[in-house]
Amino acid sequence: MSENGKIRAIVATDCGSTTTKAILIKQVDGEYRLIVRGEAPTTVEAPFEDVTRGVLNAIREVEELSGHEVLAGEDVIHPNEGGKGVDLYLSTSSAGGGLQMMVAGVVKSMTAESAERAALGAGSIVMDVLASNDGRLPHEQIERIRHLRPDMILLSGGIDGGTITHVVELAQVIAAADPKPRLGIGYQLPVIYAGNIDAKEEVGRLLGEKTALYQVENLRPVLERENLGPARDKIHDLFMEHVMAQAPGYDKLMGWTDAPIMPTPGAVGSIIETIAKQQDIEVVGVDIGGATTDVFSVFKDTFNRTVSANLGMSYSVSNVLAEAGIENVMRWVPFGLPELEVRNRIKNKMIRPTTVPQALEDLKLEQAIAREALRLAFEQHKSFAVGLKGVQQERTISDAFSQSSSGATLVNLMDLDLIVGSGGVLSHAPRRQQAAMMLADAFLPEGITRLAVDSIFMMPQLGVLAEVHEKAATEVFEKDCLIHLGTLIAPVGTAQEGKPCLTVEATLPDGTALNEEIPFGDMRVYPMSVDDKIRVKMTPARGFELGAGPGKPHEATVSGGVVGLMIDTRGRPFTLPTEESQRVEKLERWAKAFDAYPG
Amino acid sequence: MAHAYTPGLRVSEMTVLRKDRRLPIKGDVLVNVGDVVTSDTVVANTFLPGNVQLINVASKLGIPPQDLPPIMQKGEGDTIKRGEPLATTKGLFGMFKSNVPSPCDGTFESVSTVTGQVILREPPTPIEIDAYVDGRVVDVFENEGVAVEVTGTFIQGIFGVGGEKTGLLTIRTDDPGRPLTADDIRDDDAGRIIVGGSHVTWEGLQRAMEVGAHGVVVGGFDDPDLKKLLGKDLGVAITGHENVTTTLVLTEGFGEIAMAHGTFELLKKRDGRKASINGATQIRAGVIRPEIVIPIEEAQKSDEIAVAEQGTGLDIGSSIRAIRAPYFGRLGEVTGLPNELQKMESESMVRVLKVKFADGEEALLPRANVEMIER
Repeated sequence: MSENGKIRAIVATDCGSTTTKAILIKQVDGEYRLIVRGEAPTTVEAPFEDVTRGVLNAIREVEELSGHEVLAGEDVIHPNEGGKGVDLYLSTSSAGGGLQMMVAGVVKSMTAESAERAALGAGSIVMDVLASNDGRLPHEQIERIRHLRPDMILLSGGIDGGTITHVVELAQVIAAADPKPRLGIGYQLPVIYAGNIDAKEEVGRLLGEKTALYQVENLRPVLERENLGPARDKIHDLFMEHVMAQAPGYDKLMGWTDAPIMPTPGAVGSIIETIAKQQDIEVVGVDIGGATTDVFSVFKDTFNRTVSANLGMSYSVSNVLAEAGIENVMRWVPFGLPELEVRNRIKNKMIRPTTVPQALEDLKLEQAIAREALRLAFEQHKSFAVGLKGVQQERTISDAFSQSSSGATLVNLMDLDLIVGSGGVLSHAPRRQQAAMMLADAFLPEGITRLAVDSIFMMPQLGVLAEVHEKAATEVFEKDCLIHLGTLIAPVGTAQEGKPCLTVEATLPDGTALNEEIPFGDMRVYPMSVDDKIRVKMTPARGFELGAGPGKPHEATVSGGVVGLMIDTRGRPFTLPTEESQRVEKLERWAKAFDAYPG
Repeated sequence: MAHAYTPGLRVSEMTVLRKDRRLPIKGDVLVNVGDVVTSDTVVANTFLPGNVQLINVASKLGIPPQDLPPIMQKGEGDTIKRGEPLATTKGLFGMFKSNVPSPCDGTFESVSTVTGQVILREPPTPIEIDAYVDGRVVDVFENEGVAVEVTGTFIQGIFGVGGEKTGLLTIRTDDPGRPLTADDIRDDDAGRIIVGGSHVTWEGLQRAMEVGAHGVVVGGFDDPDLKKLLGKDLGVAITGHENVTTTLVLTEGFGEIAMAHGTFELLKKRDGRKASINGATQIRAGVIRPEIVIPIEEAQKSDEIAVAEQGTGLDIGSSIRAIRAPYFGRLGEVTGLPNELQKMESESMVRVLKVKFADGEEALLPRANVEMIER
């Protein structure tokens, strides 16, 4: 690999379960920019059974579209010389179902939760969390391990120097289950031990022969601090060595890349974390797929990721209905549909996941389901992205009246600066306004928040690039990956419909003076392009606030986007009328304000 | 000529199928290559390791874990009967001894001086794999299972519930567009696989279960009825392990949808024959669809084997079914395959096809929203 300064051409691929996507990034006038994107079907399964076929096909499409030669036969040309080849080739992968793990810890809300955070942060799907106090009997836990067949187990428990009994009991449960890995008959299941240092020997005795045991530093050495790095790094190493190595063609692909192949969600997390750190902002990212929805967040410099394994828009669409309830889905639909019809339609989407909405009504129903999938995934994220539990907090007398318990959520919507959405239903919505409304309705941001979507879902490739070349990754992220929808201003508080809520004063980019008193229960949009920035003075009515305190005026510079400046005075907490005609009238009025649908 | 691929379901009058029959863990294969088997022939068996029981003997006796070894009554590998003592304390002058009895029959695996736990393993559970279809063994996977080859009719459904079943195929509706109701099911349908038309009503399915039918094959079923059948809303389409007596196979989807004419006619042709069905469905990477396999005896193969299988290409003249609103369930013929992306009512830009429906109406449909069907 060349040094950072000399990198002029980069190819990065993401091998998904169905599609392999390649992007070409080049340095143009001193800036890194996306040149083209190519894709081809993933070739992990029969009849090809070689992931590199799909990778080569995707790169060939990039070559054809850009005219930049990347391959010499079946080799990636290294380095870039005379307009041929690349200086960096990187890849991520979620083919074959991604990385599936089980985690175990002594106390469910303490070490087990830290272990889950480490596994999720590394890009894994957590199939189950075992804990000494999870309410299951040992034989039930053993049955579960045998039944699930994970790719890897992360075992933690106990603070360094604490009692070893409970963590050794968990090791006994794992040993008794004699677990077998999901892929590759004839090799041992990797188990990472990241618990009490004093139990290492006993855990080694119990699991050393039955499993491929790796011991790393305790991920919760003291109650007050997590140390997730070593466990997370070990998960990445083992993902390469054990899981990827079992997948057909990966040994060859591993030889081509200039950095280790990352699990796709791990890479997305990496770019979100990088952006938050670089711009010093608080970010939420969401990727809503066919089967799962991933939510990433960075609040108070703490990164969190959750996977809602069964919330998605095709394979899992029926589960959204099951979890949210039909009333919650239908509250977003501005027309009546009999329950039987809705249920059958959704099931038909589940069994034929590749169909697309042709009728406008069908699109609205699909976007209603997306709102609920996003809302539920974000709810799950909020309850998981919390401060460490079981920690004693030092308080002064001034805290006596505002005590918060340990383990409170880190997600503070008022502090949130940016929401980035990706996944077909958001990135490919026929109008960008629809994506903005879905994000606003599902996340209900408070105060001043920028909204954006990932144009072509290249966050995975940029994530792995961020690990080796942060500058290139962030430049492309800002310029080519994100489509800025605009800024949403949403005061917190409630009032009667039509009562005063917010006064805004500003000079719009076209020179028009904006001085409006916006009543409660409204949605408004003012066109402002991506490059526009204006200063806005906002005065919330009594009982409302925008971050400066109840009723306190607030001034901020806001930026535009393809939708513009959006003002949402529907109140927080947000409610929709239960009366049918009122609800439909509101939904239609808000959609009209956004010009979200034709007609 | 534009040529498009749409993933259709296989409907084949005569084909050669290979069914792998594998044990979940290694065991013994009981048949040889060339053996003729019937659906109930056991082809392989094994023993699943028994459940594990963890008993904290130290805490039950109120002693430190490290004091356990001298008082243990059993060692690693010993067999043990339920009620036999695992450990017995020395007591006071040989009196007032206390012991911990074994909660189950099994084998003594280990004792830990750190946790005080004893691990016992219950006796193994035998499991058997049958041939599922009438056919011939063509391959043996050492210690794992066999491949059985069968020649006959093969029909894939779109969604199913329940596992592998066999029975005589029995047509109970005269028309693929007519629903199967309770009145259509007879008392002597026990053990049979009943074929209906567009739909099975809840009462119809219940009646089939009451009489002990092994299967129901119909075009569609209502989701609220599926919820009643499973006792919960089905979130993710992974089925096959439900505890239902009657396996259900849908050939078309949810709602009331006429079974494709060709599928219905083929099933009618096989009326009275033995069929093997499986409702197992998995709609994710590595798709599994429910199936109906009807073996045909050797003597008849020569006459029928020439029937071609359904192709996978979509061309002008292909018969299709719309699989999404607003034309859901309607049948038609492809009249055009324009290359350019077209804007739909929803404003989605998609590749489309022109279709003429059976009633003469013409429409543009996204290619993703049709399924090819056999004539």
